[in-house]
Order: sequence, then structure tokens, then C-alpha cells
Amino acid sequence: MTRLARHRLLPYLLLLPGTAWLLLFFGVPLAQLAAASLYDPTGSLSTGYAMTWALGNYPDVVQAYWPQLSRSFGYAGLALALALLLGYPLAYAIARKAGRWKNLLLVCVVAPMFTSFLVRTLAWKTILSDSGALVGLLRDVHLLAPDGRLLATPFAVVLGLTYNFLPFLVLPLYASLERLDHRLLEAASDLYASPVQAFRRVTLPLSRPGLVAGTLLFFIPASGDYVNAELLGTPNEYMIGNVIDSAFLVRLDYPQGAALSFLLMAVILAVVFGCLRRAGTEEVW
Amino acid sequence: MTGMARETPAGDLRLANLTRRFGALSAVDDLSLTVGQGSFFALLGASGCGKTTTLRMIAGLEEPTSGRVLLGDRDITALRPYRRPVNTVFQSYALFPHLSVFENVAFGLRRRGIRPVDGEVTRMLSLVQLDGYGSRRPAQLSGGEQQRVALARALVNRPQVLLLDEPLGALDLTLRRRMQVELKRIQTEVGVTFVHVTHDQEEAITMADTVAVMNAGRIEQQGAPADIYEFPATAFVANFLGQSNLLAGEAAGVSGGDVVVTAQGARFSVPVGRARAERGPVQLGVRPEKLRLVGSADQVPQGHQHVTGVVTDASYLGVSTQYLLRTGWGAELSVFVANSGTSTPVPVGSTAAACWDPRHAFLLSASS
Repeated sequence: MTRLARHRLLPYLLLLPGTAWLLLFFGVPLAQLAAASLYDPTGSLSTGYAMTWALGNYPDVVQAYWPQLSRSFGYAGLALALALLLGYPLAYAIARKAGRWKNLLLVCVVAPMFTSFLVRTLAWKTILSDSGALVGLLRDVHLLAPDGRLLATPFAVVLGLTYNFLPFLVLPLYASLERLDHRLLEAASDLYASPVQAFRRVTLPLSRPGLVAGTLLFFIPASGDYVNAELLGTPNEYMIGNVIDSAFLVRLDYPQGAALSFLLMAVILAVVFGCLRRAGTEEVW
Repeated sequence: MTGMARETPAGDLRLANLTRRFGALSAVDDLSLTVGQGSFFALLGASGCGKTTTLRMIAGLEEPTSGRVLLGDRDITALRPYRRPVNTVFQSYALFPHLSVFENVAFGLRRRGIRPVDGEVTRMLSLVQLDGYGSRRPAQLSGGEQQRVALARALVNRPQVLLLDEPLGALDLTLRRRMQVELKRIQTEVGVTFVHVTHDQEEAITMADTVAVMNAGRIEQQGAPADIYEFPATAFVANFLGQSNLLAGEAAGVSGGDVVVTAQGARFSVPVGRARAERGPVQLGVRPEKLRLVGSADQVPQGHQHVTGVVTDASYLGVSTQYLLRTGWGAELSVFVANSGTSTPVPVGSTAAACWDPRHAFLLSASS
């Protein structure tokens, strides 16, 4: 083999292990899932499924689980809005105002990740419980009716989603705000931009890559999540993740679970591409 | 011009007792100066001398510890940067990377709500010879082009004072020379007061009407470039603006219009008008190009003064040859001899005399 030929082959050789891994552990199961979503819905795990290209599974699941589907994106969207309100100022403060506290604050953002997602959500269950101090206090100051609850409400689920995925939004935002050259803000100020205008015309557009990345990293897991609705909500708050979970593990209705999984993936992919295309064009804000 | 006229009358820029301390360090120390309206003023100094801090205080990006900044009769010391009729060309240019060249230039106009901006921006791009560059991104431009966008972006606002923070520092020599001429042309054309900060003495001399040499937060000397060069006020200025030969000596008072100085075991005289001290320890200065090299003391022209020594080095510089002459007293003098083709090279190791017309010498107080 000539040196040139080896040189050309090298990138492919380097790609080989990763590609094989992806094919085996992602490609094959995905194809399997796609096939399962088209199985005859009248079959069962015990009697076996027949492949009948049952495309009707898709409209069926949308019809059956429309409330959970819309709730998923509604809750995830609401949580995203809350997380942006909390996360942007937080990332901004850490990146630009924290000085020597910067690293400590960053550790604080990431620290909750050191414990399990489940444990953290269970902790919220305790905090929000009817007999907890928080509910007691809110009832005492009449912000909550005497029989009012926090747990098992949409509020608790959205709060849980916001809390659990906030670091995924904050970290990319922090990275892009940290990179922002402060001299550009001085230049804006020199060119008659008030602090508000400088933020709108310089800081915000230049933090857009972080904003897009953070939004996606937040929204994707949040819309597919089922733990928060399970632990902090009731079946009335169930999201599409809960339905998929029960389709596979409780009801053992594989075609339905697979169809819902694919639907969720399609919607998320559409959101991602929409987001990235908007980010690619100018003057979004 | 519509909507561009300023309501406040322009005027001289005055800094009064301006001081900026960073902890115990005084970056700018009780600095006072006046920059005439429409003049090209250069603040010259080594890095860390406080010149950029001074500029930033004029722009409002740095708050003075004490002192005032006045524009005409108006005290602008407390004004936020975005309320000052002052614009800056930053050393790093600080162009907005997410905006086109056009939008960069239009930025200031838009923030002040001036519409339409097209005419002004196009005219300004044409002034800096960037016609047709409006749709490009700053990242697509060369250093010199970016520099001109930064200039256009500041000038389009018709500031009363334009501040330039080493704007040519990042450019290569040829481009820098061209931009120096260009900047001077533009300044003459728009008639705006330019305050130019630089560490490059050649840049300051060629461009500015008035140069202020800064050292350790203070102004050492201020005046027309030729005046400062020909008659520096301190040893720092004498060596920062070009080179000087300084001989330590003792002045013994005035005699017949000249200050009499003893240095290197000989007596010299300097006209009173070129002496900063008349008595006590002094430094006798002569510029290297004002010295002439002759073979021996006999050949020194009538009325000239001289020191003798051994030629220790000769470096050919193209336009001239620089000789180093070591005197018997241990001083080393630098002599520039123009390569005009009329002088014969002096060999290293030979004895020679460096002579000068006393009217070209200057006398500094040794404490300066």
C-alpha cells in the first residue's frame, strides 16, 4: 500500500470502531423498534406479533394519547421558559460578574449531577409533600388553601423538569457568554448603546449559539421524561414518556410503545432542525 | 447632515487634574492638558505610562479617581460613555462579529435613532475607501480593512472628539505608513479633534500637530513635534523621542548669553535659550545627527565644540552610518553620518573628534 493510499484510509479506519458500535447498539435496535411499530396491534407478547406493516398504529396512538403528547411538549416548553428565565441571568452572572467565585459557582451548578436523578427527584417529593415545611408555610401565609397541595400537581412536574435539566441549559450558555469579548460591550457603549441596548444588540446575539445548544439539550430530555411525572405528579400529569414506559413494561403492547417512541423522536428531530436552521439565519432576534 | 448637527457647541477638550489610581499605583497622576478643537493631538509614551487609561477616561470607559474632563464649557466627567459626544477607535478594533460592515458602521446612528442611515454609512465607507464592502463580515476583512471599518464606525457619528487607541499597532510597516497618511487626510477632511495614543514616536511626529510625551502617569513635555525634538525638556523625552547623547556636567552660570558647562574635563557653552538649567549638575545633550566626525581636534570648524575619543563601532544603516565614539572619560557618543557619498568611512579603532555647533546643543537639569 502506498503512503498516500494509507493516508486516505486512515480516517475511515479511525471511524470503524465507533461506527461498528453505533450500528450494533443503536442502528439494529432502532430498526427493530421501527419494525415493532408496524406489527399487527392485535398480537401479544405470548402469542407473538405478525409483521403486517400496520401504519395505522401511528394515527391510533396519536388519537389515544393526544393529551399525554400535547402535555409533554406543553410541560417541557413551560419548563424551558422557566429555565431560560432562571438560567440566562445565572449563566450571565457566573460568566461575567462572578470574578474569583466563578469556578465555585460552576461546581454548584453541576454538583446535583453527582447524585442520582431519581434520588434528587425523590428529594423534591419530600420537599413538596403535604406534611412538609414548605406546604405548611404556604398554607400559613394563605398562599395555599388549607387543603391546597403542591405535590401531585402540574406545578410540581414542571418544577421538577426545570430543576433536573437546568444545568444542561446553563453550561452551554455559560460557555458562550464567557467567550464574549468585553471590549465589544465597551465599543457598544462608546457607540451610544445604553446597557439595555448593548445587551439586546451585542450580548444576546453573540450568546445565540449557547442559547440554541442549551435549549436543545434541555428540551430533548425534558419532553421525553417520565420520572418527574411519575414521582411528582399523578396519572393526570402523565407525559408521553410514562405512556411509552407502561406500553413496554406494564401493558406489554409493543407496537403501540414503538409507534409512540418513533413519533416522539420525529417531533424532537423536527424541533431540533427548526431550531438549528433558525440559528443559521441572521437577525433571529 | 440632517439630524446630525449637535446641539452643544464644540470646543476644546480639557483635562483638569485628572488622576486614576489602581490601588497604590497612580496610572494617571494629576494630569492637566488642553487639546484645541480640530487639532491632531498625540499622547506618546511607553506601555504602562497611563496613556490608554487617560484615553479611556475621556471616553468614559474608566472613572477618574479625581479630576475633571471638560468639552468646551461642558463638564462630561460624570457622563456615561454612551452619552458622550466622543467616539473611539479601539486598539483591537472591537468590530461586532455578528454584524456586516454596513451594520457595524450604522450601529451608532441606529442607537441614536437617526434614520435613514444609508447615505451616511455609504459616504463614510467611501471616505475610508471601502466602497462596496458593506455586506461583508469583519472576519472576511484584512487587518487594514478592519481598521478602516473601525474608523468609519466611529467617524460616522461626527463626534466632537475622536479617540484613537494605537489603531495602527497591529498593521505591518508598509500598511502603517499608508494609514498614517490616510488618517491625517481624513482628519483634515472632517476637521474633528483627534486624540491619538501611541508608543510609536515616528507615528506621533509625522501625524500630530501637538505631541504630549507621557511617562509614569504624567506629561513630561507637550508641544509641536519639531519643538519637542529640537529642545526636549527632560532626559526621558530626549531619549524617547529619537536618540540623544547626554553628557553629565556642571553648569557654572551665564556668561555673555551662554551657559558655561564643565563636562568631560572640558568647557562647553550652550545658548541661554537652549538651557533648562543655569547652575548645578546638568546634562549636556546633542542629537547624533547634529554631530560631525572629524579626524582630529585641528579639523574642528571655527565656533564648534568637540570631544575626542576612539571609534568603537560603525554600523551601516543605509541612509546613514552610525559611529560609536568612546571618550577618554568613558562616555559613549552616537554619531550619524549621512551616506551622501562625500564622506570617507572612518575605520573602527581610529581616534576621532565629534564636533557640533553650540546652537544645536541643549542643556537639561540633571534631576529631570
